[in-house]
Amino acid sequence: MSERAAFETRGLTKVYGEGPTAVHALRGVDLVIPEGELVVLLGASGSGKSTLLNILGGLDRASGGAALFFDKDITAMTDRQLTLYRREHIGFVFQFYNLMPSLSAEENVELVTEIAENPLDPVEALGLVGLDKRRDHFPAELSGGEQQRVAIARAIAKQPTVLFCDEPTGALDSVTGRTVLGALQNVNRELGATVAIITHAAATAAMADRVIIMSDGAVREMTVNDAPQSAEEIEW
Amino acid sequence: MVSPLDKKLGRDLWRMKTQALAIAMVIAVGVLMLVMMDGLVNSLEETKTAYYERYRLADAFAPVKRAPRRLLEEIADIDGVASVEGRVVGGALIDIEGQAAPVRAQAVSLPEFREPRLNDVFLARGAKLDARRHDEILLLEGFADAHGLEPGDRLSATMNGARREFRIVGLAQSPEFLYTTAPGELVPDDSRFAVIWMGEEALAAAFDMDGAFNEALIGLERGAPLPAVLAALDRLLDPYGGAGAYGLEDQLSNRFITEEISGLVVSRSVVPPIFMAVAAFLLYIVISRMISAERLQIGLLKAFGYTNMEVGVHYFKFVLAIALVGAAAGCLFGILSGQALAGYYQLYYKIPFLIFLVDPGAFLIAVAVSVVSASAGGVIALQSVFALTPAVAMRPPAPPDYSRAFDIAGALKTWLDQPSRMVLRRLGRQPGKAFVAVIGIAAGMGLSLSMIGVMSGFSRSMDLTFTVIDRSDATVSFIEPLSDKTLYELARMDGVIEVERFREVPVILRNGTKSHRGGISGLIAEPRLSRAMVNETDPIHIRKDGVILAQTLRDKLDVEAGDMITIDVREGRRPILTAPVVAIADSLLGAPIYMEIGALNEALSEPHRVSGARLRIDSDKADMIYEKLKNMPAVAGVSLKGDARDALEKIMNEGAGATRFIMAGMAAVITFGIVFNSARIAFAERAHDLASLRVMGFTKGEAAFVLLGELGIIVLIALPLGIVIGHGLVGAIAAGFSTDLYSIPAEVDAASGGGAALAVLIAAVASGLLVKRDVDRLDLVAALKSRE
Ligand SMILES: Nc1ncnc2c1ncn2[C@@H]1O[C@H](COP(=O)(O)OP(=O)(O)OP(=O)(O)O)[C@@H](O)[C@H]1O
Ligand SMILES: [Mg+2]
Repeated sequence: MSERAAFETRGLTKVYGEGPTAVHALRGVDLVIPEGELVVLLGASGSGKSTLLNILGGLDRASGGAALFFDKDITAMTDRQLTLYRREHIGFVFQFYNLMPSLSAEENVELVTEIAENPLDPVEALGLVGLDKRRDHFPAELSGGEQQRVAIARAIAKQPTVLFCDEPTGALDSVTGRTVLGALQNVNRELGATVAIITHAAATAAMADRVIIMSDGAVREMTVNDAPQSAEEIEW
Repeated sequence: MVSPLDKKLGRDLWRMKTQALAIAMVIAVGVLMLVMMDGLVNSLEETKTAYYERYRLADAFAPVKRAPRRLLEEIADIDGVASVEGRVVGGALIDIEGQAAPVRAQAVSLPEFREPRLNDVFLARGAKLDARRHDEILLLEGFADAHGLEPGDRLSATMNGARREFRIVGLAQSPEFLYTTAPGELVPDDSRFAVIWMGEEALAAAFDMDGAFNEALIGLERGAPLPAVLAALDRLLDPYGGAGAYGLEDQLSNRFITEEISGLVVSRSVVPPIFMAVAAFLLYIVISRMISAERLQIGLLKAFGYTNMEVGVHYFKFVLAIALVGAAAGCLFGILSGQALAGYYQLYYKIPFLIFLVDPGAFLIAVAVSVVSASAGGVIALQSVFALTPAVAMRPPAPPDYSRAFDIAGALKTWLDQPSRMVLRRLGRQPGKAFVAVIGIAAGMGLSLSMIGVMSGFSRSMDLTFTVIDRSDATVSFIEPLSDKTLYELARMDGVIEVERFREVPVILRNGTKSHRGGISGLIAEPRLSRAMVNETDPIHIRKDGVILAQTLRDKLDVEAGDMITIDVREGRRPILTAPVVAIADSLLGAPIYMEIGALNEALSEPHRVSGARLRIDSDKADMIYEKLKNMPAVAGVSLKGDARDALEKIMNEGAGATRFIMAGMAAVITFGIVFNSARIAFAERAHDLASLRVMGFTKGEAAFVLLGELGIIVLIALPLGIVIGHGLVGAIAAGFSTDLYSIPAEVDAASGGGAALAVLIAAVASGLLVKRDVDRLDLVAALKSRE
């Protein structure tokens, strides 16, 4: 493992809304994610996991504090810099699959490989999630789990520096779930991408280099796992 | 390879094809109008110019009482004169079998042994004149057609008091007589005025003009100064009774044609831009809402790292595709309808050929306006999505906070069922969106309303002219001004109920550099049969101390009541008078100038003269009266009000006014387009909610009600606003349709308002039914699955 930190946050806060109805989604998050690690985020619903990932991925803006990506402060970036940051470095798998309804599975992947510097072949990426045979199907013709796998293929295909996954296996059965996690682990190990996965399945933590547990908008606990399991070994 | 974004583009367009077509249709109508009017105006201009050139229409005309032919050489020597032709012209009365009232005609000579140097004729049918036969004539084709006359037929006419028989050998047209009215009349009517061409010798014999001419035609060298040539002509011809030379611009037919074209030019510059503006506004609304509905996908693209530029270009292509299809269809149909209209004018004016021409600038403007307005809608919508972080954009819009809305629905809870409350809450929650929809529909309705207002303005104009202003049955005009004793003869005729004298004097009015060539009507102080009106219904007392001008002249000459004006009399001793303008009268038809007849005669030093009289007669004895009038040697012609009314109606419906029907149709299309698009967009935005409702067990009817109830309320709010907008537009559009010959009153009455409201309601019901079909067909699973 490299010693460099891919991400480092200091006192990161996020407040939605204002006045009496304001929601403090993040109340000062301090954490470090070293480059090349596979990190799992756990925490109760509403604890701020998605919010944190959105900010780290440049999808949302923090209300306070700093978030460094290899020493560059994401919170200080302009919109344009954020766009380039996402384009060059970040892969996303969303909690809701967010496929383009008017594009087929393969075309949804192409949407990202189009603008990536060193992408995988879209069909190959779909193969990694076992969907190369369904490449011509449209989202409306795919089950929820299949849509999620397309979304993962889409994120992997650009070979990102960092891959953020918000509950990628939430809609999957154990077998496909393991396939997907395997794919994510592959990206981490083979391509050296830093991977952060939000999940409600605590067992997933077994494959992580690092487990971060969030509660009420802050990091409650962070454990380093010296001997992460491979995805196939995970008890579901 | 086609990029995935372009594939998305193609599929999205296909998915939204109904809506895209509805939008394209609105653009097409705006563009069509622009291109059509431009093509029409340009083509008429070009055709007119070419027609004048090919048949060598004179640049100046010099009427004279009787001048010897040798004078033509002197005229030719005037600086700037390129060619000269002398001819004989005279009045004639034609007897038409089975018709009591005689028809007036102008007889014109043609050289026997050569082509005329100026004012050639186009032989439409039949043969040329045979120089040796003095009874051969060419007849104006329009007149021949109106009476079913053919080459070979005979015609009897009275010239200079003698009745003569002629043989029609050919039917002709001439750029000099595109638009013909009997002297003293305003409205052209093919059946009531004829032109006869005959050999010079024969015509000269009939009018005692052997070796002489009574009209010189002059062709100018390029760039020659017309006023100097006219002045020289007047000097030369004065000893022989020159009546004042004038340029082509004052020639009757040319003036009407020019005014008709400039009327169309005004229409072109006023009406299509209004249509285009409404279409552009609609486009703006629709596109911005369509793009707002794409918010999730825009957020997603942004999340992937697509730049604002790339996303913007994608949607720009989307907008461009719709706008270009609309613009292309508009250009195509604009050319076709412009060509059809121009062809129609060609027939109407009986021009032997047509040059159709559209200025490429019109296309560019049309396409640019549609693309820019569509893009503006897109840019605004994109800006508001770009302002969101991708995380927020991708979140399905938070359920609206109904707690903050003014809860009228809650207050009425006991009376309203659940779907009704949903309709009201939604409107209360998103008043901005509802407001824009209201404005859009109101603009469409305003457009329709102003067109309906203009349509009814046409009939009001007719009604006022022929029932309020002119209350006579017939007008008799004399060959030259006569003593008013002649009127007793008319009054004595059996069946004549009322006789009202008038005097018509040709004049040129001048105010500084502005001038108008027309005629002063001398009326009695309190006329009953032919009145001058203000405010449409109040008759004006005809004062002795000055002239009353029609509104159109006030504008043309830039004078107000109280100003002095110069009156250059073109008859008799030709004095130049000055008189104050004492009042301004309404003028729906023509551009009249009124003066009290006694005062007018006094100013001319010709007391007790009349040019004719208006009659009220017993309709049972009409034919007998016409027969007697025809036999009175002093009578130049009789015109019947009924005929004049029909003729005016005809030119309003078939001339420049004809475009109003096309425009009204287009206003209807645009209005429907706006209402339909509003309904369709509301549906697209609500598809997910509606599907949820259906899943929860609401019936199709209830789901449709939630959607259409909202549309209904928006339409109802739009109606009064539409009436306000219609009021604003009708003035501009009516001005666009008014010509120098007739003006269209700008007003929106209750009936027009009701008509327009009805049209909008029909459009709303039709759109509702179309969208209801979509609600019924809603694929619940697909709608819920794809969270667009
Ligand atoms: N746009 C928003 N406006 C207001 N509050 C928000 C918004 N987005 C999130 N929140 C609130 O912020 C808090 C954190 O939300 P977040 O989505 O980060 O939770 P999470 O840990 O991802 O939960 P889950 O496991 O349910 O996905 C929650 O209380 C949520 O209600
Ligand atoms: Mg979450």
